[in-house]
Amino acid sequence: MIANLGFGALFITFLVALYGIAAALWGEFKHKPEWVDSARNAMLLTFPLLSVSALSIIYLLVTNHYEVEYVSSVTSRVMPLYLKVTALWGGQAGSLVFWSWLMSSFASAVTLRKWDRDREFLPWVIVVALVTLAFFVGLSLFVENPFNRLWQLAGGQVVEKMFPPRGARLFTPTDGRGLNPLLRHPGMIIHPPMLYLGFVSFVIPYAFAMAALITGRTDDRWIRLTRRWTLWAWLFLSLGLILGARWAYDVLGWGGYWGWDPVEIAAFMPWLTGTAFLHSVMIQEKRGMLKQWNMVLIILTYDLVIFGTFLTRSGVLSSVHAFAQSAIGPLFFAFIGLTFIASMSLLMHRWNDLKAQAAMTSLLSREALFLLNNLLFLGILVVCFWGVIFPLLSELVTGQKVTVGPPFYERATGPLFAALLFLMAVAPLSAWGHSTVKTLGRALWKPAALSVLVVVLALVAGYRNVFALLAFFLIALVVTVTLYEYQRGVRARMKRHKESLGSALVELVRRNRRRYGGYLIHLSVAMLALGIVGIEMFQSETQGTLQIGESLQLGNYSMSYDSLAVFDTPDGRNVARAVVSVYRNGEYVGELHPRRDFFYDSGQPMTIPGVRSTLEDDFYVLLVDWEEISTQSATFKVYHNPLVQWVWLGGIAFIIGTLVAAWPDRERKETVALSARPHAMAAD
Amino acid sequence: MEGLLMNEHQNTPTPVENPQAETQRKVGWGRILAWGALLALLAVLALGLRRTQEGPVQVGDAAPEFTLTTFDGEQINLRDLRGKVVVVNFWASWCKPCEQEAADLEAAWRYYQPRGDVLFLGVNYVDTEPEARAYMQKFDITYPNGADLGTRISQAYRIRGVPETYVIDQEGVLRYAQIGPYSSLAQIQSQVDALLTTSP
Amino acid sequence: MRGLSLKHVLILLLAVVLVGLWASQAHAQEPTPIPVTDDQVNAIAKQLYCPVCENVPLDVCGTQACAQWRALIREQLSKGWTEEQIKQYFAEQYGARVLAEPPRQGLNWLVYIVPPVALLLGAYLLFRGLQNWRRLAQEETVALAEAESAEEDKYLKQLEEELKRRGD
Repeated sequence: MIANLGFGALFITFLVALYGIAAALWGEFKHKPEWVDSARNAMLLTFPLLSVSALSIIYLLVTNHYEVEYVSSVTSRVMPLYLKVTALWGGQAGSLVFWSWLMSSFASAVTLRKWDRDREFLPWVIVVALVTLAFFVGLSLFVENPFNRLWQLAGGQVVEKMFPPRGARLFTPTDGRGLNPLLRHPGMIIHPPMLYLGFVSFVIPYAFAMAALITGRTDDRWIRLTRRWTLWAWLFLSLGLILGARWAYDVLGWGGYWGWDPVEIAAFMPWLTGTAFLHSVMIQEKRGMLKQWNMVLIILTYDLVIFGTFLTRSGVLSSVHAFAQSAIGPLFFAFIGLTFIASMSLLMHRWNDLKAQAAMTSLLSREALFLLNNLLFLGILVVCFWGVIFPLLSELVTGQKVTVGPPFYERATGPLFAALLFLMAVAPLSAWGHSTVKTLGRALWKPAALSVLVVVLALVAGYRNVFALLAFFLIALVVTVTLYEYQRGVRARMKRHKESLGSALVELVRRNRRRYGGYLIHLSVAMLALGIVGIEMFQSETQGTLQIGESLQLGNYSMSYDSLAVFDTPDGRNVARAVVSVYRNGEYVGELHPRRDFFYDSGQPMTIPGVRSTLEDDFYVLLVDWEEISTQSATFKVYHNPLVQWVWLGGIAFIIGTLVAAWPDRERKETVALSARPHAMAAD
Repeated sequence: MEGLLMNEHQNTPTPVENPQAETQRKVGWGRILAWGALLALLAVLALGLRRTQEGPVQVGDAAPEFTLTTFDGEQINLRDLRGKVVVVNFWASWCKPCEQEAADLEAAWRYYQPRGDVLFLGVNYVDTEPEARAYMQKFDITYPNGADLGTRISQAYRIRGVPETYVIDQEGVLRYAQIGPYSSLAQIQSQVDALLTTSP
Repeated sequence: MRGLSLKHVLILLLAVVLVGLWASQAHAQEPTPIPVTDDQVNAIAKQLYCPVCENVPLDVCGTQACAQWRALIREQLSKGWTEEQIKQYFAEQYGARVLAEPPRQGLNWLVYIVPPVALLLGAYLLFRGLQNWRRLAQEETVALAEAESAEEDKYLKQLEEELKRRGD
């Protein structure tokens, strides 16, 4: 039986992980490297084992094994193959195994690297990674077993158990209950894996940080070793967030992409600390400062990852995304408590070893600005964290539930985001170690003048909202400063090496990928900001009931109701699809098809908008209601979302920028070549 | 966590200044703060978790007190109903499963009403009054019903959804908690009768 | 005294009934309800949260219950209620969680106070830290700024000096 195979593999993984932890500890304390090697092999073994387990689930899903409770809860016969496969992460039990699987693949990858120079880290990295893995596998085994089957007792009662109770017969429902329709979207197919990848890959830098704390090798070695890992983790997390936003925009049908839902915030919080970490490690690398702070950030990031998973899965918070509440809450709680207390104790223990090596000379130096950046990120974190925790606190103290919704978050984080944009514009122009108002001012005045020009243009164009104008100024400043930085580098290279514009640009980025990739990320954030300002400050909406042929006006757009058809699809949906014509300034620009899908298997409806997207604005139509049978009239809700496409473009640029910064070097020689270069220049 | 940042510089070796004692003391404060914050957070989480794990009010406990203002404007206080068996039904007009049991509940009420020692109470959970009245008319509900103002009653009983029904004995102790609709009139009667016969 | 009181009560009752009748009459004769557009309803529904489905604003919630609440808002608007009154009504009927933000009272003040206080505290600590560092730097007067570690940085510095020399 495939279910038994999968369960067996899962069980063996758990044992192997426990063995690995024990072997690594034994080898470390008894100075027996062969035991550490054995632990390393154990770690490598978890990946094939978990692969067997995960593939078993996929097999059961694809082959309609509805006697397995998980399969019948997330699939149904009418679902297409690709959805059945992705149902692996469509429910609590399956997604936990999926999470463990990803985790083991990362842990294996890191185990495979050359450890010659860092052997003392190895046992501890193994211990931390395997403890985390064992915890998640343990959850799957003992609490959320995806291989549980349905058994019919002699009395006719159906129970859910892994192994048959006495006298029970296997019970196979004829069909499953189907995947939550909200999850049947391409964005949803990639969004959770990306998010999980981001989550699990942050375990690696954390494991190294803990290894550094335990072994007392607290120089910046652990940071150099995990730099790329951190960037990749960050990339996945960002990608997960962006895809989640896109999914919300396309599927949830509320005209937006981010609702400050507790679960969204749960994924956003590790991103915040991760971003702060990425910036502040640069200070440690360059100046040997902030070692303690970096440890704090990586511990926070790791525990926020676990905390976020806990929040979504324990039923403590209620949210649109929440998995059904389950018994894993207390275990998660214990795990968070243990890891938090353990890592904090370690940090305190090594506190004095993590002293700074250098001192700060200027309040305008790049490191000072980076610290300010960290403060702002942590400020946003506090807002998010507090907003998520407060309803819980309120319910405990006063017994009354409250909602902390978008107005709170927008008001509280808005100024912080604006300040971050400003820093993003200024920091690249400041120097490490020392900067003065004069040097900064000299570098800044040209971009600032250009940005003021942008504001003037916006004023002329009729924008009067002060906050929007300020935002435009900041965005323009970031863009001009970043382009200026590129231009400086390219020009220098063109003069120096007589290169063409194109090759100078390519060479510049190639030789300094982290820096120029980072700048590309800055540019993409400016694009994101533009989109966010557009939809946040200038969104408008209207709703109306139209007879066929009538039209609805919103801004310079109008739409007319042409027809509506209601039909069944072979994959088990009842679709009501409207055809509307869209006019812009009275001119026909196209047809949109907002629809409402009703899923028979799960009994849930889903509203899919019709969207016309341009760089300038989106016209977003929702079908709210219609007159049955005659379909003579229908109610539409229409949103006008200016500039929102810049969010997605920014997202793509963001990914490219991170890839540029994080892509592994082709060869080690690269660095040699790089270090040889300055001499050539100096001799020139 | 900002408490940790504070110590960053104070441990930096300084040739002069910074008396050791002062540094020690400040480090101590930072640590206490950090640990305090962590423990407070864990405590809130633990309590929140306990609350979600707790489920509805336990059978055998004293039923939470409440005052219900009925749609007819009458005030009914649970405390004043000692000596009677009270059946508290949470429902809403938008709730489909509630409709399954509505007729049975009303039939049960009519069956017990003449006795005088059984009272049925309908607590209308987050609903609009016109819809609730229409629902009551549809099922010809005659026992007292009222809106759960500010969801206070449902929060006190920690209900997870509607319908849920709580049967409270003559001493004010919760004796049955029915999660989901009753399947038959007999089921309601068996619960109520059990309380009527055990108590004198 | 007693008899008088009874009479009083009777008169009062009669008065109440008459006033009530008149009032209900007046109510019935009230001018036709104010026409309400979907947009007006949505503008208010947007700020309220569905009390049964967590964290979904009322204007986009698709359940039957939400449709009923939107109808209620429409009815209240047509009676001339203000936005504040409607929100107030919803909070009283369905609890504070239907509001997008906790009402500013009692414990709820914490939600508004803690983040700015934390930020200010952080800023203060950061400022103190920076000052301390700067003092250290001045005392040591070692040109640590020149101690660049990474190879790529040497290249960068070179590049930047290059730029300076060229007066760019």
